[in-house]
Amino acid sequence: MCDSCGCGDPHKVSLDVQERILSVNDRAARHNREHFAAAGVLAVNLMGSPGAGKTALLEATAARLADRRRLGAIAGDLETERDAERLRAARVPTAAITTGSACHLDAEMVHAALDRVAWRELDYLFVENVGNLVCPAVYDLGQAVNVVALSLTEGEDKPLKYPVMFRKADLVLLTKLDLLPHLDVRVEAVKDALARVMPDLALVPISARSGVGMAEWIAWLEARRAGLERGAAAHGQLHAHPHA
Amino acid sequence: MHEYSLVSALVQRAEAEARTRRATAVTRLRVRIGALAGVEPELLASAFTLCREGLLRDASLEIETAEAVWACPSCDTALAAGAVLRCPGCGLPARLVSGDELMLEQIEMEVP
Repeated sequence: MCDSCGCGDPHKVSLDVQERILSVNDRAARHNREHFAAAGVLAVNLMGSPGAGKTALLEATAARLADRRRLGAIAGDLETERDAERLRAARVPTAAITTGSACHLDAEMVHAALDRVAWRELDYLFVENVGNLVCPAVYDLGQAVNVVALSLTEGEDKPLKYPVMFRKADLVLLTKLDLLPHLDVRVEAVKDALARVMPDLALVPISARSGVGMAEWIAWLEARRAGLERGAAAHGQLHAHPHA
Repeated sequence: MHEYSLVSALVQRAEAEARTRRATAVTRLRVRIGALAGVEPELLASAFTLCREGLLRDASLEIETAEAVWACPSCDTALAAGAVLRCPGCGLPARLVSGDELMLEQIEMEVP
């Protein structure tokens, strides 16, 4: 009932909220991030178009790292567990997330999948996101780093067309570099396009097939992992308390 | 098409707020969407019209948009759209001042 005039009409009340629309996902992502930091696991959110070479890249990464580091993965796909099967064959314990129609992974899906991979024992947890250059960029998963695989065959102007994805990237891997002689694509042009959407440009041209760029990629990962350990040690000195 | 998942988050958030305030209906939501938020305002609007339900079934969605603004973190020089995202003076990587907002700003409801 209207208080001021007794007219019987309901009041309209405006409430200022000022809250991120994805605040529920943000909370879940924060929770994942705390888990990973406490266990000293470097979580890598690997994104890119369908067919950009994300799985091949992880297979080649495992071939170079699996003898000295413990790797695990969560692989998201609309249908089938094919990527997960390929990664398992490459000695990477992998939990598959079949999203059905969802075009991206979110933090809760990743959290649920953690039950199916012994993630606390790992040095690296790779989250192979659904192949898509749009939606995955919107959802924080709790990762330490975002890596975007962009294949040479996708063309020079992809970064300009998908600025949201490339802005979020900590590193862009320009994949399938072995195809360079067969294409009218210039690495310099890709670099220039990236510089207009990614302020702290980081690009590694790479080929899982020929192996070029793999050493640089592995060194980048290892440096990030070392940074994580330094951060964890500093955190431990700051206040020694157990994390749930 | 993650716009549907955003609408579902909006509907749940507004429903919860409406219930705690014993509102009979949510009449309007105002959101702010940055150009680099990764959300297409038109898709969000049509997803909202298709998926609003419950206390929100007659609600309208007001979408404010925000342009992407980049500037130097040190000297505050603004960088033009489409430019290389490094300060021409200081050489530092630019900072996004605004444009990645994905905010629920206001919920308007009817309270008896």
